[in-house]
Amino acid sequence: MVLLSILTIPFIAAIILLFVKHNEKANYVAIASSAVTMALAFNIAFNGAANFDADWILSLNARFILTADGLAKILILLTAISFPVIFIATSKNELKNRNQFLALMLFTQTGLLGVFLAGDALLFYFFWELALIPVYFLCSIWGGEKRIAITFKFFIYTFLGSLFMLIGIILVYSNTTDHSFLIASFKNANLTAGQQLAAFALFFTAFAIKMPIFPLHTWQPDAYEQSPTAVTMVLSAVMVKMGLYGVIRWLLPLFPAAAASHANFVIVLSLIGVIYASFIAIRQDDVKRLIAYSSIAHIGLMSAALFTNTSIGMQGVLIQLFSHGINVLGLWIVADIIEQQTGTRSMKALGGLAKKQPTLAILLVGFAFANIALPLTNAFVGEFLIFNAIFQFNPWMGAFAGVSVVLAAIYTLNMVQKIAYGSVSDATNLMQVPNKSAQFVLIVLLGIVFVTGVYPQVLFNITADTLQQLFVK
Amino acid sequence: MNAIIVSTLLGVIMMFVSWGTNNTKLQRNIGLLGMLVLIFANIAQMNGWLSVNFDTKGMLAFNAIGLYVNTILFVITFIYLWINGEEIDKIGSHTADYYAIFFFILCGVSILTSFDNLLMLFIGIEILSIPLYILTGADKKNLFSNEASLKYFLMGSFSTGILLLGIAFIYGATGSFHLNMPILNPATNMPTEHFLLSAGLLLLFVSMNFKVSAAPFHFWTPDVYDGAPTVFTPFMATVVKAAGFVAFIKVFEIQRIALGQNTWTIILPFVILSTLLVGNITAVFQRSVKRMLAYSSIAQAGFMLFALYGNSTFNNEALILYIVAYSLATIGVFAVLIKMKDYSIESFNGLAKQYPALAFLTTLFLFSLAGIPLTAGFFAKYYMLNAIFTAGAGIWLLVLAILFAAVSVYYYFKVVQAMYFVEGTPAIQPIEKSYERKLWVIAIILLVLGVFPSLMFNYLYF
Repeated sequence: MVLLSILTIPFIAAIILLFVKHNEKANYVAIASSAVTMALAFNIAFNGAANFDADWILSLNARFILTADGLAKILILLTAISFPVIFIATSKNELKNRNQFLALMLFTQTGLLGVFLAGDALLFYFFWELALIPVYFLCSIWGGEKRIAITFKFFIYTFLGSLFMLIGIILVYSNTTDHSFLIASFKNANLTAGQQLAAFALFFTAFAIKMPIFPLHTWQPDAYEQSPTAVTMVLSAVMVKMGLYGVIRWLLPLFPAAAASHANFVIVLSLIGVIYASFIAIRQDDVKRLIAYSSIAHIGLMSAALFTNTSIGMQGVLIQLFSHGINVLGLWIVADIIEQQTGTRSMKALGGLAKKQPTLAILLVGFAFANIALPLTNAFVGEFLIFNAIFQFNPWMGAFAGVSVVLAAIYTLNMVQKIAYGSVSDATNLMQVPNKSAQFVLIVLLGIVFVTGVYPQVLFNITADTLQQLFVK
Repeated sequence: MNAIIVSTLLGVIMMFVSWGTNNTKLQRNIGLLGMLVLIFANIAQMNGWLSVNFDTKGMLAFNAIGLYVNTILFVITFIYLWINGEEIDKIGSHTADYYAIFFFILCGVSILTSFDNLLMLFIGIEILSIPLYILTGADKKNLFSNEASLKYFLMGSFSTGILLLGIAFIYGATGSFHLNMPILNPATNMPTEHFLLSAGLLLLFVSMNFKVSAAPFHFWTPDVYDGAPTVFTPFMATVVKAAGFVAFIKVFEIQRIALGQNTWTIILPFVILSTLLVGNITAVFQRSVKRMLAYSSIAQAGFMLFALYGNSTFNNEALILYIVAYSLATIGVFAVLIKMKDYSIESFNGLAKQYPALAFLTTLFLFSLAGIPLTAGFFAKYYMLNAIFTAGAGIWLLVLAILFAAVSVYYYFKVVQAMYFVEGTPAIQPIEKSYERKLWVIAIILLVLGVFPSLMFNYLYF
């Protein structure tokens, strides 16, 4: 029942929000409901929760089944932490019809939690789409200047991808022995080699678009740039994890042979994406676009590690799923504070933050270090394992991937240098002390960065059972 | 047989109602009451409470699915009349006569869901079509309406001629009008090789494609749907088309036996894919929402044609769900469209600001047409794809189908974008709360079926 309530709380809160016209009250409702969700998520992550199972569509034998293993737990934790943080950090931003905005955000949260909890393929698909549709409206209504066309591109891209996945689901479903959508039945489906390959391709397309993997990434930087910042945070911290989650939960266990025979292809694509995105990030002047490309690079590393099919790589990714979300969230919040107060995202116009607002500058440097994966930060643990896995898989690929660390240092430190140091620019001169609540969440996030960086065992404990299932037969 | 008899009687009664009263509101209510009587009469037969039957020498056969489809189509017609009643009054001055026409059409529908003989197919199609020609030209003072009616009449009678010719050829080859005609040669158990049979089946196939507006026999559809009074278009695009599909599925059984697996799996995908191609691609370029919906109805027909692919219960389920999802959503969208002052996409600009509830409803209907989860349209598409895959279609066919589904998202969302993201004042007549409430009924049905689609089939199995 805990699993069902973690899904229903944001959903009900979203419906309530549609009728709360007052901005302040709407904020309270959203923050309160997401705080309850977070408390439930902590409970699930550390105490576990029983499966929820109910009939859904009898004639198709589809069930409404929710399960929480390590993989699901870590992502639920990330989702549940992200939303209150985002709500608090952006609570002062100007938005028309704030209650509708928050309601759509909470619908997104429902969809995301559903994706991570679903134990039935059709249910998974259902939530997969459900997470997408509110985001379409969020970006198109509250986004930047070119929002309509760009969001539409994003929507069509991901919608097409998920339709491919739907065909994959039909393909596997009709070959299951007991005609059921359960993960276990899907794993035991009698697929011929050709069918397995086809289903692999169909599922992979959906996940690759979502992650995104080069060359299917073109929707992402534009969408990140044009979305309202709160939505960008959801997209980059949580939503891209849907693709990685799909790979771990569905793609690798269901089609192990096809995954193994195409590992080289996928890893090479991912690594090309990593290097390519890193180089583009170096050339960016817009802070938002820089973080967007840096995010593509980090996700690419994770997807490469997944396909090495090593337990060490899997462990790294499981940790990094969480860490990357926290780090990128921190970076976005800092970038958002700067943009809200100075009105610009261009690094040329910024400078001297350390003199004007030392606290914010320190926080920025903290998250920047995490982005480069320096030791003591959370990303170090995950990325170390990831590089290790890629190196074991193929030393040349490992070396190639290693270049990205250098590149990450270049673009991240360059950003820090341009924003925080130098003489105080006109734009930076407008900066005031950020509000207490935003500072508070940043400090909390930075706390998570260092705690999980120094003592990653917390996260290892949560994910232990997934690793066990996947690699100990 | 209840439905056929009652609908005819009600049609005759409605013809004479205008003698008794000039009050259009009363006429309308008598019409709606008649619909309820018709629905009840059909349900009575479905559940075996009371059914009037006489020997038709095996020309009609009433099975559970046929009667169930009847009920569904009658209920959809009821919802359609209930929502659009006031708009129907505004066309010309013959309210009661329009209801008479609706009942005659429904009589044709009930024949098409129960025929067991090609002659009854012909009669059913004629009873269905002739009132439709009148309905298309109902707006007598509007030249477009007249043009549409004449076009429809000419094209329609031409295709009925082809149908009749096909039936005659088949009779010549097999000596039977019955659906269980002796096609297979008893000695070899192979289809009889006969030129007349092949020619007849081809002609039958062509004319049925014409009736359900499948490409390349679709050319009449946009003009007729666009030219007909807007209030009648959704009826033609939903109930009438659905009845056509039910008839097509029954007739196609002959083709399946006669042509054998190899032939029809070539012809059918060709027709389906060209229908999807023509409908979807042309819809993208329309500036008028009404015309866009006309083309999209061709595209949706392409999806419904997939039901012919197999002959298992999956296909019937899929078609039933598709008919319900598509019909209700189309009726809903048209109910909004009819309140627009002109039918361009621009007239929807800023609708969400002025009428948030109405914009939400329209979005929901369009989502259902596009097949987005949480609406009935998603499961309609899912069941259809699952059915054809089970029937042995290649993955390439499914992939092409969903590519076209993605194209359809493009043009349906153009309306959504206009409503929500473009600033402007919508060119819309004032909407009453009661009208909105009626649309909510459709929306709730679509949402419930979007989460629990199997509610539709409980009757068939339990």
